[in-house]
Formats: sequence, C-alpha cells, structure tokens
Amino acid sequence: MTPRRSSRSRRGYNFAYLDEHTKRMIRRSILKAVAVPGYQVPFASREMPLPFGWGTGGIQVTASVLGPDDVLKVIDQGADDTTNAVSIRAFFARTTSVRTTEKTAEATVIQTRHRIPETPLMEGQILIYQVPIPEPLRWLEPREAETRKMHALEEYGSMHVQLYEDIAKYGHISTSYDYPVIVNGRYLMRPSPIPKFDNPKMHCNPALQLFGAGREKRIYAVPPYTDVKSLDFEDHPFEIQKWEENCEICGADDTFLDEIVTDDQGGRMYVCSDSDYCAERCAAVGAVPSEAAE
Amino acid sequence: MSARDRNPILRVSSLTKNYGKIAGCRDVSLDIWPGEVLGVVGESGSGKTTLLNCISARLEPTMGTVEFQTRTEGMVDLYKMSEASRRMLMRTDWGFVHQSPRDGLRMSVSAGGNIGERLMAVGDRHYGNIRDAASDWLEKVEFDLGRIDHMPSTFSGGMQQRLQIARNLVNGPRLVFMDEPTGGLDVSVQARLLDLLRALVSELKLSVVIVTHDLAVARLLAHRLMVMRRGEVVETGLADQVLDDPQHPYTQLLVSSVLQP
Repeated sequence: MTPRRSSRSRRGYNFAYLDEHTKRMIRRSILKAVAVPGYQVPFASREMPLPFGWGTGGIQVTASVLGPDDVLKVIDQGADDTTNAVSIRAFFARTTSVRTTEKTAEATVIQTRHRIPETPLMEGQILIYQVPIPEPLRWLEPREAETRKMHALEEYGSMHVQLYEDIAKYGHISTSYDYPVIVNGRYLMRPSPIPKFDNPKMHCNPALQLFGAGREKRIYAVPPYTDVKSLDFEDHPFEIQKWEENCEICGADDTFLDEIVTDDQGGRMYVCSDSDYCAERCAAVGAVPSEAAE
Repeated sequence: MSARDRNPILRVSSLTKNYGKIAGCRDVSLDIWPGEVLGVVGESGSGKTTLLNCISARLEPTMGTVEFQTRTEGMVDLYKMSEASRRMLMRTDWGFVHQSPRDGLRMSVSAGGNIGERLMAVGDRHYGNIRDAASDWLEKVEFDLGRIDHMPSTFSGGMQQRLQIARNLVNGPRLVFMDEPTGGLDVSVQARLLDLLRALVSELKLSVVIVTHDLAVARLLAHRLMVMRRGEVVETGLADQVLDDPQHPYTQLLVSSVLQP
C-alpha cells in the first residue's frame, strides 16, 4: 500500500493528519465493527492535537474514512457553528483540503457530537459519532473483564434496573440521552449522548453509522438498514421527547428543540437544535433567520 | 416422592482446594438433600469459606467434583458446564447471601430495584409485575412498604441483610448459600433474622448451606452439621447430636468454648 500524498495537504503532514499505517489499522477495526454490529472493537487510539473528550475518537474515524472527493460536515449539538464543530471542520479543511459544507444533503461524511441531523440521511453517507463512554454496562459493572463476559453471554437483563429506577422515582423512563439500544437483536450499545429523540432515526437508517471513542479506544458501528431497538418495559414503552412549543424561527413542530434563555427576566425561546435544517426551512419559505438563531 | 427427591440436590466428592502448598480444604465429600439445611462450622481459617466458594461455582477446586441436580438434565458437574449455563444457574436456581450486605446488594439502587434485578435478569419486562413481586417480597421480609424506593444505605444492618435475602429468594431458587448471614448484627436483630430465615426455609422448602462460626445460629437453623478444622471435616452429624454429644476433641473444645448464659 503506497501512502497517498496530496499536494493539497499541508507540508509535512500526511493527508488527514494520521499516517497511512494508522489509518489502515483503524479501517480494519471499522470493518470488524461493521461485520459485528454493535460490538465494541478495540483499536490503538492515537494522540490527536486536541484533548481526549473533545472528539478524538470521532476525528480518528473521520480521518480514516475521508477521501479527497468527500464532502465533510461537522456538527456539535446539531449546530454547525459551535466551537467543537468549527475547530474540527477547520482541522480537516487544513489537513485534507476536502470540501466542507453545512448542508446535510450535500455531505458524504458527517461527524457529529450529540445529534443525528433532522434531514433524513441517504445511502452512501457516513455518520460518525464522538463517543465519551462506549460501554453501556459500565454503571452496572466497573470491571472490564466482567462487562466483556456479559456481552459475550448476552447477559443484558440487569440493564433494565436503570429503567426500573427511573420509573420508580419519576413515574416514567426519565433517561433522556445516551439511551441504551440493542443492535441487530444481539449487542447492547450506547448510542453516545444523543437525545433519545434521535434513537428511532438509528433504526434501519440507510447511512453507515460509525462510533469512535478515543480515550476508551473502542470503535463500533451500525451498518445501513440495521435493526436498532431501544430498551423498554412492556407496560412502559419507549417514548421520545415532545414539546408543547414549535421552533420560533422556522415553526417546525417535529424537531428536537433547544431552550435558549434570552434575558435575565426569565425570557426564553425554543429553536431547532439542527441549525442547518432550521435555515433550510426558512429559506424554503423565503424568511430570513433571525439573529437569535446565531 | 419424585425421582428428584431421592437424589441429593448437590453432591460434593473428595473436593480439595490448594492455595499453592497450603490446603484451603482437603478431601471434603458431602450431599445436600432437597429441603435440608446444612451448617458448616469451625473457627476462622478452617476452610469454611473456601469450601462454600468451591461448591457455589465461584472458585474452581484443585481436585474433586461438585454436581448439581438440574431441573432438566439430572446431575451435572458444575465445572464441566458451559460458563453461560453456570451463570444462568447462579441467577435462577441458586442464591448467595453474603456476610456483608454491601457485597450482595447494589447500594446505588433502591430496595425495589434490588429485588427486581433477578427477575429482569431472567427476562421479566413488565414493570408492574416486577414492582408487585418486589412489594410482595418486602412484606415477606417484614419491611415497611413505604420504603420500597429507598436506597439500601438508608437501612440498618439488619434491614440490609433482610433485603439481601429477599433479593436472593425472589425468583424461587432451590439452593441457597449463606456466608455468616448474621455476622455483624446485634443479638436481638440476629434473633429476628434467624426466625425469618427459619420460616422462609421451611415455607419454600429451600436447601441451604450455611457457613457460620456461631454455634447458636447453627443450632437454630441447621438440620445437619459439619465441623471443619484446618481444611478438613472432623465431624458430621445431626445438629443436636453434634452439639450435645460432640465426639471429636476439637468439636468438644468448640462446644465448650461457647458461654452458656
């Protein structure tokens, strides 16, 4: 395998920052992860030029799958214009010179923190999640050897204790993000801290979903059109968040809303967390997004 | 009388566990019959806990076999089963009551959740049913139902121990191992716990292996006693017989060292 050097990348650095051997190692882990949906594949996570916990896992996966013809979108909490998203987008723009975009439909690779875009994804797109803690059983069982055994033997029954506690305390399942799912009827998986509002979007999604945890050194995947089921009880079925308000900018009533405090007198507004989706909706009706959305 | 009742529920044959050159327990054989309570007594370091861990599939013995009467396949050697079925056995047919409730409970989960865990672990997915079973069992172990959602850390030692017992018995195990279940409790709480245990054991027809250094506990609960010393069994017999007419010099010493109030 000859290292690919791009004249467009910065002098002294390989295309997409990582060297080709590292990318090959990561791609192997990705292939295994895709072959065993939901299974956490260990990989030799590298030092990246940003701290662990800021998306090093996602960046390494993105660097390994990105080609010169890809179009990259990076979102953080649904928005394209937050610090994490801007920095990571700039990082790849500098190290690969690939085209970047804010439009979900135009992107071929989307790196995300905490959201799945509202615009439905298509075949051929890759969604890459930044994962802080990949192990869904960690709160139950601190020993790694034991959690691996539990995965191997499919001992997931005790996971429901967490949901039981929610209902006992609050009368409903109050876990609202990082909501555990069973992938392909086999592996228990933590979908990274996306709101449970996004859980149904993972189910049978046409796009490839990759998950990278840099500090914990794990990669896992949900291949296109794979079954993803959120845990629940028969008498307390899985439900997503609902709002009484609509987005105050675009008027959408079916999106995940952020509550934004606007003054010190308790004023607040609800807006779409997906900034691209909101802007597209506004553009479609010819309205100008108000400053509050910025 | 079914065929199952004519066979022991657990059969241990010449079990030896060595820690390097030191023997934890040596050449122990025993049978436990359905509905029987076997007490294992002896001083600290006599190999009681090693024996208990070996026969409860927590510690692989150096030599010897441990066979369990399964519901479907008859007598099966524990250490030849697949790990999956062994672990399945541990959360369905067996219970294990630890000396310290902190080892046997989830301290960050409410009383109800602690009891419900075993039900959820074997596939119960109906919150209402789990909740009902938990309340039911809290009542059986004499809890105030208002405390179903309280954390174990807010309970007294005796309550924690009763909660641990409920958590173990909720899905109807047939064999329960107990490691000093009354250790660390004061005498009146001990007496209540023993009463409760005795009632549950006879009501549910449980087989129990109870390890204790407290001869009073052994006398109250056990049908049969095994006296251990330096990893070996020195005397076995009916509980009253061993305690009232000890034959082995060590048993005589053990019995005579208990203060008679």
